[in-house]
Amino acid sequence: MSINHHLDDATLVSYSAGALSQGMALVVASHLSICPQCRKRAEVNDSVGGALLESLEAETVADGMLASILTRLDDMPVQLTEVSTDTAVIDPEIPSPLRDYIDRPLDDLEWKRIVPGVAYYDMPWEGHGVSRLLRIAPGKAMLAHTHNGNELTMVLRGSFSDEVGRFRRGDVADLDDQIEHQPLVDSKEDCICLIATDAPLRFTTLFGKLVQPITGF
Amino acid sequence: MKNTPPGEDVDNIVQLSQADMASSDWSDLLGSLAAKPDKNIYARLFNHFAPKVKAYILRLGVGVSAAEEVTQEVMLSVWRKAHMYHPEKAAASTWIFTLARNQSIDWMRKQKYPQYSLDEWSETASESGQGEQEVLSDRVAKAISQLPEKQAQVIYMSYFEGRSHGDIASRLDIPLGSVKSRIRLASEKLKQIWGGENYEH
Ligand SMILES: [Zn+2]
Repeated sequence: MSINHHLDDATLVSYSAGALSQGMALVVASHLSICPQCRKRAEVNDSVGGALLESLEAETVADGMLASILTRLDDMPVQLTEVSTDTAVIDPEIPSPLRDYIDRPLDDLEWKRIVPGVAYYDMPWEGHGVSRLLRIAPGKAMLAHTHNGNELTMVLRGSFSDEVGRFRRGDVADLDDQIEHQPLVDSKEDCICLIATDAPLRFTTLFGKLVQPITGF
Repeated sequence: MKNTPPGEDVDNIVQLSQADMASSDWSDLLGSLAAKPDKNIYARLFNHFAPKVKAYILRLGVGVSAAEEVTQEVMLSVWRKAHMYHPEKAAASTWIFTLARNQSIDWMRKQKYPQYSLDEWSETASESGQGEQEVLSDRVAKAISQLPEKQAQVIYMSYFEGRSHGDIASRLDIPLGSVKSRIRLASEKLKQIWGGENYEH
């Protein structure tokens, strides 16, 4: 897979720092799971965390903690792997971090329609922003909008184009409030994206403003 | 050690000298724990890292008694996951930092912080020779201390307080874009130091 659009440095730093919302972190982890280039940058940022940890003044831990851990170690099984042992069909279209929340192929999800040609599937948590899969039919545009904060979009299927460029599977659009954009789906199949924002979107068209209360964007 | 009652060896273990050690020594130590479970080695790592892990968790805003509990969970996972550690990939402090970060967030949000799995992590081919990570890790620490104050501030607010760009922007009363560009500038400097000219962007 050739990836042309990557994560912003500021986003990667916040991911390593543990400072991203759940939804934003999910998009970042999903991209990292398939992008060695960004993974390498993330490792550098993790090492910044390591250096900062090492620089901290020690806090006193309870006297008995080590002893109580040591007595537990003999019964402690080593953890063999991080990967879920779920042997259900692994759908290569779904990046591994997303598999914790999606248990079936994308086509089998219960998509909720916003307007003809546009549907969404919400991640199972609430936050200040949005965290959902968005499915848009060929030739359809997402509603024009700007952001108060950051918006991350990762393409899982199909492609779209906007003022920045063309985005295909694996690509990430990492945008902030500097940009007003209106992505247009230009693939023959539906475009499915994983998106997250850290603040509510602001739609710039009257129609967008009308549907905003309904869609909960 | 298997034949002694649990806890019997504790006194001997904690008396092991904790003379000043370089970062690379801690990674070697964790590397040998990765190769073979050993309580003595674990105890030395615990005595060095547990107090720092607790300091980190407290800074993130976890309450005092919960911080004790989360620290214990983090240090337990050091034992349970040690075999996944590769000294040529990351310094011990980096590896333990990511465990502490993930478990603190899991505790605060009651949601697992999305991660790319450690398996994929360990499969990324390492281009550095053994031991090189340590030198780099020490250089990163030095570089952080040399960042201009405004850049260091956003780095600290991110790593130690877990604040989002938007949160930092409103606390410092500056635009979101300024927060991001300060973080990018800091990151750029740290990366240059990390990868030198070999770093591919
Ligand atoms: Zn990338």
